[in-house]
Amino acid sequence: MSTVTTARREGILRRPTATTGFWSWFTTIDHKKIGILYGATALVFFIVGGLEALLIRSQLAQPNGTLLNADQYNQIFTMHGITMIFLFVMPLSAAFFNYFIPLMIGARDVAFPRLNAYSYWVFLLGGLFLYSSFFLGGAPNCGWFCYAPNSIFDPTVGPTFYALGLIITGIASTAGAINLAVTVINMRAPGMSFFRVPVFVWMGLVVQLLLAFSLPIITVALFELLFDREFGTHFFDPTAGGDPILWQHLFWLFGHPEVYILVLPAFGIVSEILPVFARKPLFGYQFVVFSGIAIGFIGFGVWAHHMFAAGLGPVANTAFGVSTAIIAIPTGVKIFNWMGTLYGGDLRFTSAMLFAIGTVTMFVIGGLSGVTHTIVPSDYQQTDTYYIVAHFHYVIFGGAVFGLFGGMYYWWPKVFGRMLSDRLGKLHFWLMLIGFNLAFGPMHILGLQGMIRRTYTYPASLGLTFWNEVATVGAFLIALSILLFLVNVVVTHAKARPESADVADPWDARTLEWMATSPPPIHNFDEIPTVHALDEFWHRKYVEDERTGRLVPAQAGAANGHDEDPHGGGHGIHLPSPSYWPFVASLGMPLIAYGVLYSWWLVGLGALVALVGFYGWALEPSVASEDA
Amino acid sequence: MADVAIERGGGHGADHPETTTGLSHTKLAMWVFLGSECMLFGALITTYVLYRGRSVAPPYPADIFDIPYTSVSSFVLLASSLTMVLALSAAQQRDEGRMRLWLLTTALLGMTFVGGQVYEFTAFYHEGLKLSTNLFGTTFYVLTGFHGVHVTVGVLMLLSLFGMSFADRLPEDPSFPIEMVGLYWHFVDIVWIVIFTVVYLIPTPSPGGPGGP
Amino acid sequence: MALEERVEPVDIPVSAGAHGAGHPSPKEYVRIGVILFVLTALEITASYTHVSGSILIPTLFVLAIVKFALVVLWFMHLKFDDRRFARFFVMGLAGASILYLIVLISFRVFLR
Repeated sequence: MSTVTTARREGILRRPTATTGFWSWFTTIDHKKIGILYGATALVFFIVGGLEALLIRSQLAQPNGTLLNADQYNQIFTMHGITMIFLFVMPLSAAFFNYFIPLMIGARDVAFPRLNAYSYWVFLLGGLFLYSSFFLGGAPNCGWFCYAPNSIFDPTVGPTFYALGLIITGIASTAGAINLAVTVINMRAPGMSFFRVPVFVWMGLVVQLLLAFSLPIITVALFELLFDREFGTHFFDPTAGGDPILWQHLFWLFGHPEVYILVLPAFGIVSEILPVFARKPLFGYQFVVFSGIAIGFIGFGVWAHHMFAAGLGPVANTAFGVSTAIIAIPTGVKIFNWMGTLYGGDLRFTSAMLFAIGTVTMFVIGGLSGVTHTIVPSDYQQTDTYYIVAHFHYVIFGGAVFGLFGGMYYWWPKVFGRMLSDRLGKLHFWLMLIGFNLAFGPMHILGLQGMIRRTYTYPASLGLTFWNEVATVGAFLIALSILLFLVNVVVTHAKARPESADVADPWDARTLEWMATSPPPIHNFDEIPTVHALDEFWHRKYVEDERTGRLVPAQAGAANGHDEDPHGGGHGIHLPSPSYWPFVASLGMPLIAYGVLYSWWLVGLGALVALVGFYGWALEPSVASEDA
Repeated sequence: MADVAIERGGGHGADHPETTTGLSHTKLAMWVFLGSECMLFGALITTYVLYRGRSVAPPYPADIFDIPYTSVSSFVLLASSLTMVLALSAAQQRDEGRMRLWLLTTALLGMTFVGGQVYEFTAFYHEGLKLSTNLFGTTFYVLTGFHGVHVTVGVLMLLSLFGMSFADRLPEDPSFPIEMVGLYWHFVDIVWIVIFTVVYLIPTPSPGGPGGP
Repeated sequence: MALEERVEPVDIPVSAGAHGAGHPSPKEYVRIGVILFVLTALEITASYTHVSGSILIPTLFVLAIVKFALVVLWFMHLKFDDRRFARFFVMGLAGASILYLIVLISFRVFLR
């Protein structure tokens, strides 16, 4: 039981105080609420992106499909990619990072709680801005990679929405990246050295640094694209001496680290799930950590493998072919360590475990096709065909999305105090696995048979029809499996809530978040734990019996040890207050963006709103705050 | 479960001791941010360097640049870095008067720089260099424009600190916010050091001349 | 919240205090400023000479790098601060330098 007392501070309007109720969601700066906001929003966008996928697959199920014309198809497949990457996988990863990084390191919140809220609102408004394009002249239609010079000369408004929308969401992610990086470095519990930090948190740190250093590159590219379209510049205009290849370099310099941004969170989740459901520590923890760092680092050095067919020449192609082959190594290290974790373990095949194993296996398939792309002459056959589509869906969907769903089943009890139905979860898993492989497996074949990407139809004479039909069936099975997941959520929440004690640590897990109640109180921990080892919570619950070497329960009470950091308990826990300024400041973004499209007055208004928001933020409380 | 009273309150202190590393959150964040800004300006500078000498139409840099003029501008910005660090020094010595003096001077020097750029851009515009004229216009205005916007944001922050010191809204030890703004300000200065060299001082051959296309 | 009083003596040269608390004095800062001015003047002078590009350009780069380093190490205090701050800046700086250099090389910019 905790009492929350709020100090009123000077400000223009009365500072919000509520931490419950509808309006509290607009003023929250609590990482847990923000995590839930990210997660819910991501899932809504997932469904939208999934519907776009079904439209694509329905159009392509038969040759000369008439469901979508070419122009509509271009918008749908472009928005499908943008949605899944920027509005689903990244925000859902952000949801998990936001909710669980502070808990897993024994902190009460992130380093900059208001900046955290700002990141969420800017992301949401950026996503809505992107989708408003459908009603305002046409959605982006240039592919998620939006190559110049097509993007420059496209007469529709789509690519402009693309540039502005991704600049907005990029700002959200950059702010979040700096926030979470500082959190991991600077807010670990006493005794939690870097090598006692859970792998999920390590992957979080790597991902934030990847974001911080790769997003500026695409931001510049997007501004250059925007200026070429709106202000007559010539960055990518060949008629004035510009070079469209510059776009490709800038885009993929970001784009390749981006794919590791997409998959490393899921790798982190898998690294948490497997040990719990094998009742064994992660095999080779240090190798898993170092390989994650290596992937992040080398990931900056392979970008031009997306440009093998762009005419860079044999020297560049060879260099990037080699670096790409090298990056397979740390990934392989992780795979072997995960296998080592399972080997000899006391395995429990819960839904979370199934999804984690699914992640590993599906990613290996995608990784193998990736290795075939590394061979440049082989890539010449594969590039721009459905073989590539198969590859990246195996690694992103098979890798990242399966892992994220594993995280859902694993952590749902902690977040909501309820267990998702394991029966429905398993059904979801198997249906999704079958549907996924039916949808994307045949695409390897289709690609090698010559089916080209990004094209709204294909003629009957090419003999591509059968596998397209199979793929479409698979897509609908995936949709059915997601429906099962949603049913699971509804059914779980319709039931009576279980006793809090039953769901605090339902999996008999290893890391600190399971020490808190389910859901945790607003301050996370009554007392900040002092950490003595990796898997600290596990070691508080179990010790090795000296004679038998077997694990036995530790002495009762040790699980809530009393050697805690005295700063945490008893005399008042200081938490930052809710605030509406991050939301106000975020409103400036879409106003500025619409202003670029329609009216300079709107740009001015947006800038003013943002400025007011930032000043209000900076000046609350009355003493200049060191919180951003 | 302990009965805990949670107090809601303001932010951490400047060198809040309770960070894992002992380093300030804000200072750490600022350096990560500046690292990421290197990637931003790097991309813009790369674009400029890539397109150097590739304009297919005039005016070209040699026709337009007024090196003495821009040199004065560069000295102004460099001087502002010095006054910035003097402001910080004064703040660390709790010399409020000097602190305000140097803060204002830095802001004024910054405004002079921006003003100088505005004048320069206007002059170039009247000599026929627009954003859309050629690659030189494209890359020049966007690179220096991005930099100028960064300087302007810095000036706003400096004037805010100046104003806050009179409204008694700075902490008792004001050196921390000044140090943070100072880091940003110096970064903006070092970007200009690179831009001044790469864009203005390193000669760009005009087409038809030696080394041109 | 009471913050520690920190009173720095004015004219004592750089002292390596606890966790990087050593500060150059205002006089030292002015000295750095003068050096920066002189270097800039050198740069500008060099740009007016008619030496060939292969001498001029490296010279200008070296001068710019020295100025850059002076501001970063002294004005931005990295020379005296905890190394961990520098780490992230160097990540960005080194990353940018290497990656963009590769891009420019692939465009054969340096062969022109």
